[in-house]
Amino acid sequence: MSWINLTALGEIVVFGLLAGAGLPAIFALGLLALSMKGGRAQTAGADSDQVIGGNPAGIVIATFCFLVVLAAIAWGIYEVYQIGHPAAK
Amino acid sequence: MSNDFLLVLVVITALAFDFTNGFHDTGNAMATSIATKALSPRIAVALSGVLNLVGAFLSLSVAATIASGLVDTKLVTLTVVAAGLAGGITWNLLTWYFGIPSSSSHALIGGVIGSTIAAAGGHAIQWKDLVAKVVIPAGLSPIIAALVAATGTWLLYRISRSLTDRARGHGFRIGQIGSASMVSLAHGTNDAQKTMGVITLALIVNKSLPSGSSAPFWVILSCGLAISLGTYLGGWRVIRTLGKGLVEIESPQGMAAESASAAVILLSSSFGYSLSTTHVATGSIIGTGLGKKGAQVRWNVAGRMATAWVFTLPAAALVGAGAEALAHVIGHSPGVIVVLVILAAVAAAIYLRSRKTKVDHNNVNDEWTGGVAPAEPEPEPEPAAA
Repeated sequence: MSWINLTALGEIVVFGLLAGAGLPAIFALGLLALSMKGGRAQTAGADSDQVIGGNPAGIVIATFCFLVVLAAIAWGIYEVYQIGHPAAK
Repeated sequence: MSNDFLLVLVVITALAFDFTNGFHDTGNAMATSIATKALSPRIAVALSGVLNLVGAFLSLSVAATIASGLVDTKLVTLTVVAAGLAGGITWNLLTWYFGIPSSSSHALIGGVIGSTIAAAGGHAIQWKDLVAKVVIPAGLSPIIAALVAATGTWLLYRISRSLTDRARGHGFRIGQIGSASMVSLAHGTNDAQKTMGVITLALIVNKSLPSGSSAPFWVILSCGLAISLGTYLGGWRVIRTLGKGLVEIESPQGMAAESASAAVILLSSSFGYSLSTTHVATGSIIGTGLGKKGAQVRWNVAGRMATAWVFTLPAAALVGAGAEALAHVIGHSPGVIVVLVILAAVAAAIYLRSRKTKVDHNNVNDEWTGGVAPAEPEPEPEPAAA
């Protein structure tokens, strides 16, 4: 056994970046799409905390982004469960 | 040499450790959500408690590492395990009192190592495993977490820059509920496992289980319950340091920090690394400070934490060794009983002292004035020099 398992370290860094920074970034893209203006004109001022802009295409894109995040989380939990219960394989 | 009375004492002590582990670490998952008001303090700790219980069942990799990896199981006795737990609990309570988010895992491992050395000598420790599986991950994990969190923070602000400040805050607060939940789940997969590993070790030592067994269902359930109860009670002192002391946090940073912590902890759990969830969470929070322009990291608070981290293993080891020596002098069951009575007295004393400078769900978010407890009851200290 070596002092540092470089393979494991590399995997933790790469998957950590994908899941830990990539997924919230997709969530942020979803928020951005959700806030696209359109449909009935909205007069959201600078002090509005309204996130939904009302653009139909934006809402579809946002929904897709949020579903991707949820699916990735569900898959991640399933993988952790599989690895963590060797007998259940 | 089975001794069921001693075994029961050890299991109770282990669950007590698990309980302190829970309330010491609530902040790892929930501090940032409480600080940004994404969740109310009460709801945050309840949610985190439930998810810790679920996480305890999710993965058993880390329990296996602890039960067999670090010490020579043939040289360990129930007394050694009890003394080790006493070391871990003492250090956890002390650092909680000072509001320092130190590693419960290192406290536990340090305690067990100290008592093992006192009982059987240094050759009973698998030193190389200790360095490779505990010391090196301890140094690397906060750096990885900080890197991930800084990247995430930068991305989130970059992507959402066209949103108004309030809309952005609103959106990411909703996201934070999800990311904080993931950290709580991850905490259960890593920290609840450590106590399961220790109880399984005790059962194997007592010949109640064959060598190489995995944790029985009642062990998983009781550990999950103990850690989730501890989490629910909430370590408000540590939550305050993490949420208010290190960096002033906005909700995109909170979400980035939590996502980074959850990802790093879950990945490491799967590899069977029992890393410190505390080190990861702290690294993530510092990372969000580094990833946002103009955000300020209070390096003096971070430095105080890092000092405590370095001392955690040896300090818990010293207490564990002392407890083992005392139990050995008195001998067998009475020795363990004396150690546990002293432990209970120390715990009560620390708890009573903490009442004097109380931090709870009411004042956890008060302005940071340099100390753990908000300055409210006393006159304001001198204006902090930058």
